[in-house]
Amino acid sequence: MDGLLTLLGDHTVQNVVLGAIFLGVTSGVLGSFAVLRQQSLLGDTLAHAALPGVCLGFLVAGGRELGFILAGALVTAVLAALLMLVLTRRSRLKTDAGLGTALGFSFAVGVVLLTYIQNTGDAAQGGLDSFLFGQAAATLRSDLWIMGGIMVAALALVAAFWKEFKLVTFDPLYAGATGLPVTLLDVVLTTMIALAVVVGLQMVGVVLMASMVIAPAVAARQWVTRLEHMVVAAAAVGVVAGTGGALLSALVANLATGPVIVLTASALVLISILAAPGRGLLWEQLARWRARRALRGRQVLTTLYELSAEHRDPHYPAERGTLNTFHGLDTRAALARLERRGLVQRVRHMPDEGPHWELTAAGREEARRTLAQLGAAEA
Amino acid sequence: MTAAPLHEPDLALHVEDLTVSYQGKPVLWDVDVDIPPGVMAAVVGPNGAGKSTLVKAVLDLVRPTAGHVRLFGAPYAAMRREVGYVPQRSAVDWDFPTTALDVVQMGRYGHLGWFRRPGRREREMALEALDRVGIADLAQRQISQLSGGQQQRVFLARALVQDARLYLLDEPMAGVDAPTERAVVELLQELRDAGRTLVVVHHDLQTVRDYFDWLIVLNVRVIDQGPVDRVYTAANLRRAYGGQIALIERPAVDDDARGAS
Repeated sequence: MDGLLTLLGDHTVQNVVLGAIFLGVTSGVLGSFAVLRQQSLLGDTLAHAALPGVCLGFLVAGGRELGFILAGALVTAVLAALLMLVLTRRSRLKTDAGLGTALGFSFAVGVVLLTYIQNTGDAAQGGLDSFLFGQAAATLRSDLWIMGGIMVAALALVAAFWKEFKLVTFDPLYAGATGLPVTLLDVVLTTMIALAVVVGLQMVGVVLMASMVIAPAVAARQWVTRLEHMVVAAAAVGVVAGTGGALLSALVANLATGPVIVLTASALVLISILAAPGRGLLWEQLARWRARRALRGRQVLTTLYELSAEHRDPHYPAERGTLNTFHGLDTRAALARLERRGLVQRVRHMPDEGPHWELTAAGREEARRTLAQLGAAEA
Repeated sequence: MTAAPLHEPDLALHVEDLTVSYQGKPVLWDVDVDIPPGVMAAVVGPNGAGKSTLVKAVLDLVRPTAGHVRLFGAPYAAMRREVGYVPQRSAVDWDFPTTALDVVQMGRYGHLGWFRRPGRREREMALEALDRVGIADLAQRQISQLSGGQQQRVFLARALVQDARLYLLDEPMAGVDAPTERAVVELLQELRDAGRTLVVVHHDLQTVRDYFDWLIVLNVRVIDQGPVDRVYTAANLRRAYGGQIALIERPAVDDDARGAS
């Protein structure tokens, strides 16, 4: 604990943590819209397309000026999005092919520019390749102003146009019919995804930034039933993954930050996909298991009822062996559960036979209800 | 949107010389449709006949190559608040994280305008509409947990809160159970009896005469339109459904030369 506090007092660590928070909030909130609009792959294209912009920004500024670099990244990312739009609207190219084409082209341009800059032997080029995989420790106080500014702008936009963004994401046709400028909102939302990507370039890098946009939203979606909750949850997941990953990479082994952040986010996604109540795989498995158990209980109960009807004896004691044979499985557990609910009771019948069971009054009532429901369903 | 002179103000919907094409192929060709107010009209035709496109063209969602649309004499942009729309159920992702009540409130967004959030009034209208379509108890239900019929009712409720004079519905009876279909039809007929106009893209020829009083038979061109008793004929339906492929594949200009003037 003391160690952690000392750590948080450290200037670099403060920068990293603050930066990771800005990154997590921005990419969580904007990523929610990207994922719901089924534009996850667009995020990937935008991220890769940021690389040529990073290099151009560097060339224009003549050094590692984050403002120039991020502005350049935003410009080329948006250009790639436009290229993608033109390709899919004007030709018969499908969206995924358009995205792939734009991604490959712009990343290739970026790498060519990057190697060109590196070959010029400019002393200031140090750290430019950290934009590939991210380097949290390189975050400067001045960088935080830019990242924080983008976060505030993104949050303000989402708050101001909340219902418009929601409608255009959920039902673009209807949004158009009510008079919303759907294309304009599309452009704004896409630009915002580009913004989210740009915020993380420093920490996560162009190669993996898309997952930082996608993963928190995917994880959050598992836990919520409303968009407002999803946005908040995604921001929280983003912050946890961002700070956790950035600290881990900076402190433990000086690993590349981006991959560690993305691994943290992926772990959260995995947990959410497995364990989230209602939507998680484990949860579904549990529900299925419970349903099967309840079904077996109902079957044993109605069998007892039918047996006693057949013998014209409401207190007909049925031997467990009879029930086992009828159902082809051991009914001991099912009977015990029914007994706990007060629907059946154990009776002594013949001393040399196994345990016998009869229905209680409540059990007869329940069996009648169940059979009536089944009858209604069949009718 | 200042007062341009009204054009055919006595018609709820007036479509004239409308042509819509995708990548050079006509989807609608030289379509004229006139629907008087207070009727419940079915639009029928085979797949690819342009039924949904006609609805979208009326709603300014696709740009026509030629022709114009008027609603009660005015262009759509001026009449937006008078028109309710029910898109096809499959047009949205029902796994979107929201509730039935929230979706219905979206019907008021057009009236609210920018920056204003739905409040108590919108909430009450939405609850009332959900009650009218018979699923008031599902207001807080996550929409991914609704059945197909319930989803359709939610869409219908969303159109109801628009409180429109003209309703356009795209296949509202597609893939719903029998009780839902009955409920939908009863509701639509109620609206018509209250003087609203309804234009319904419909796929089931069997029920056209029971449900509707006006009929538009469409296959890229309008085959026939008018009161259902006059238009619902074997000859019209054969013309629309029989030559489906030929009608679309044939160069549209030939059609025009033979059909027009």
